[in-house]
Amino acid sequence: MKKLLSKQNLFRVIAIAVVFLLLYIGVEYGYLSRQYSALLVPVGINIILAVSLNLTTGFLGELTLGHAGFMSVGAYAGALFSIYTNLPYFPGFFLSMLVGGIIAAIFGFIIGVPVLRLKGDYLAIVTLAFGEIIRSIITNLKITGGASGLNNIPMYTSYISVYVLVIITILVVMNLVNSRHGRAICSIREDYIAAESVGISLTKYKILAFVSAAFFAGIAGVLYSHNLGFVQAKTFDYNKSIEILVIVVLGGMGSIKGSIISAIIVTLLPEVLRGMDDFRMLIYAVVLIAMMLFNASKFKEWMKVWLHNHAPKHTVKGGN
Amino acid sequence: MQIKKQSKGYMKFYNRKAVVKDHFTTAFCVIKERGETMKFLAQIINGLSLGSIYALIALGYTMVYGIAKMINFAHGDIIMVGAYAVYLSLTVAHLPVPVAILVGIATCSILGVLIEKIAYKPLRNAPSLAVLITAIGVSYFLQSAGLILFGSQAKAFQSIVKLKAVHIGDITVSGEIIVTIVVTILSMIALTLFIHKTKAGSAMLAVSEDKGAAQLMGINVNGTISMVFAIGSGLAAIAGVLYACTYGFIDPYMGSMAGIKAFVAAVLGGIGSVPGAMIGGILLGVIESLAKAYISTQLADAIVFGVLILMLIIKPAGILGVARKEKV
Amino acid sequence: MAPLLEVKNLGISFGGLRAVDQFHITIEQKQLYGLIGPNGAGKTTVFNLLTGVYEPTDGVILLDGKKLTNMNPAQINRAGIARTFQNIRLFKNMTVLDNVKIAIHNQVHYNLFEGIFRLPRYFKEEEKMNKKALELLAVFDLEKEYETLAGNLPYGKQRKLEIARALATDPKLLLLDEPAAGMNPQETDELMKTIRFVRDHFGISILLIEHDMKLVSGICEQITVLNFGTELTHGTPEVVLNDERVITAYLGE
Repeated sequence: MKKLLSKQNLFRVIAIAVVFLLLYIGVEYGYLSRQYSALLVPVGINIILAVSLNLTTGFLGELTLGHAGFMSVGAYAGALFSIYTNLPYFPGFFLSMLVGGIIAAIFGFIIGVPVLRLKGDYLAIVTLAFGEIIRSIITNLKITGGASGLNNIPMYTSYISVYVLVIITILVVMNLVNSRHGRAICSIREDYIAAESVGISLTKYKILAFVSAAFFAGIAGVLYSHNLGFVQAKTFDYNKSIEILVIVVLGGMGSIKGSIISAIIVTLLPEVLRGMDDFRMLIYAVVLIAMMLFNASKFKEWMKVWLHNHAPKHTVKGGN
Repeated sequence: MQIKKQSKGYMKFYNRKAVVKDHFTTAFCVIKERGETMKFLAQIINGLSLGSIYALIALGYTMVYGIAKMINFAHGDIIMVGAYAVYLSLTVAHLPVPVAILVGIATCSILGVLIEKIAYKPLRNAPSLAVLITAIGVSYFLQSAGLILFGSQAKAFQSIVKLKAVHIGDITVSGEIIVTIVVTILSMIALTLFIHKTKAGSAMLAVSEDKGAAQLMGINVNGTISMVFAIGSGLAAIAGVLYACTYGFIDPYMGSMAGIKAFVAAVLGGIGSVPGAMIGGILLGVIESLAKAYISTQLADAIVFGVLILMLIIKPAGILGVARKEKV
Repeated sequence: MAPLLEVKNLGISFGGLRAVDQFHITIEQKQLYGLIGPNGAGKTTVFNLLTGVYEPTDGVILLDGKKLTNMNPAQINRAGIARTFQNIRLFKNMTVLDNVKIAIHNQVHYNLFEGIFRLPRYFKEEEKMNKKALELLAVFDLEKEYETLAGNLPYGKQRKLEIARALATDPKLLLLDEPAAGMNPQETDELMKTIRFVRDHFGISILLIEHDMKLVSGICEQITVLNFGTELTHGTPEVVLNDERVITAYLGE
């Protein structure tokens, strides 16, 4: 029990409260322009998406190109739940997130099972295929409103609810990664043959990673659909999946902190580059290539050594 | 009912891709409405033509996979570059058709080699995840460069095929279809002869079998890999032109879906196998065109991907592929 | 006492090639057993068959009377066989401690929920894991480097860590694939002592593949010689190493 009251945890609680307070003051007292307040929700959603994609791509080490597919399942499932049950805000929003998350997780399971037999390149293509299949099916179903999508979804999402869910997602994923289950997932990334040789069940932990990633992507979807009040299947295409991948890659695969920072950058980027939408894609492309080449280059090793030698000693104590 | 109406209007108006997809369905192999057999036959011919294009693109995937053990995600977008190169040669530079085609092939070959040198070569010893992400980056790069240079608007592409349509019974087979199928068959034969009858072809086989050993035998490994990228990209340029002639338009996204489907074809036939790419391409083209005709146009892509998933579950190595075990 | 491992008529074909054929071996409790043979004789393939990496074409593997054929590698490990690899396979980007803790995975029992919400059992069991892992690392003189990334360890220590990791799964039988490869004579001597210590301390049987004849004859109680995928002979080191056929197999005609 003593461990829960450690210095690190205390620091975390304070950080969470301070960030919240800053956001609250910024939004409620008008310090943040309306344009930027409106971006808080998308930033939060992208953080959830990136942190959850990190589970499969960063920690399990399998590239998935269909994360937007899980998001769309959650968005639609949650929206349909809200529209048809018509519950008041508190149980309604909570339950719709649960429904969206769980149904997305079920899809994660359905996709995870066949995919288990595949590795690397093949797996990436299959997840891409699944994402596209989900999108075609949603576009062709009556209940999802076809290509025009769903309207009149209650607009429950606010920056506060997104903030709460971002914190929950980060804590859950961090705790998962630092538990025996998370270590098992990471060991598969490192060397699946060695992992199996020490008794780690590949099936179980690959599925665990897929299912939990899909669950949080589903919740991000619910937040998305309840933010705008409408959803369309074409939002969740291959390009959206790539955007999430760009966030994870830019932040550093396997780094939750990195995912958070890079989600903020990538979401705000189009605002900074207003009117240059075509260049956004180009920048994504350059980020993907440059990060991989940088990782593979000797330059990174030099940087590490240089930083190690030149790091100011007092930074170790932490706290800005 | 109302939702449906609304949705159709919506799609026409907003979803450029959906409009483009209609080109696929307006069968370029026209038939007079007479009898199911004829309809079926016409669809098979359409499928053969579509499949030929897939096969040409799939060859590039398969050859690169064979030699570099990576999926060149950007390969599909090379067909877009090829189509634009030919388009610009014809409309801006006013070059004669054969020269324009050569320009297209040369552009793509050089581009393919450059991509390998700049983006893939530094990652030869990196984990496959890194290579795959880079390849996705390159694909995205080509698409967005196309978008910036040429705009997202589709451009009409005047067919360069002068062959007249042929009538077989009630079926009219367009010149484009005939040319596509013939060109694909010729390319296949040429490639097979090249691989099995020339020194460079043997070098290619040797490198794909064992890079280290090939190097020890005095084979120029880097040169051979460049050559494979050049050939694969050159074939993609041909596929791009055929595609543009068949559908009558080009746009910066044209390569992405065609590329992914061609990849499916390569997997279906067994990745790394040249005849496999041919079989997979044709099979996929026929499946797709039958699915469009008999099941649903909009679900055709889903069906194609479903086939891929089924194949990978049942026989991951593909029709002609051989499963390889990782050395422990 | 019943033997720990009994392998009868084990065989595997890759395509047309018969890589291992009619392989028999019986390992007693707490026995140190050597598997030797010229390069390409199929030694590592035998390891891969015993640990489920390859599925045998025919034959039976019994551990403590329990049939292991048709189990996957993870199940075989849980049944009691652990191994190291010829070309070291560590979790390179994870710490030395985590490498061992992953191997203790199946011996602790907090569930996913308890792990995510940090319930008391999580802390209790993690503490147990840390303790056991550090004890094991101490056996191999690695406890001071527990926070180092496994990939940054020097070669000799990586080999040791791999053995520690295998032991952490509480095996009844430990398979070592060329543990002395790349070590100098002094390190090899040290390794011999460690292997003996492991056998005595943990009371387990060890089967090892080795090229270093000094190590094999020094510690193994029984040896099987493999050539072209089948057994050439087996017996005590004195008998086997003086066998005319073995010398021919190694040195050629």
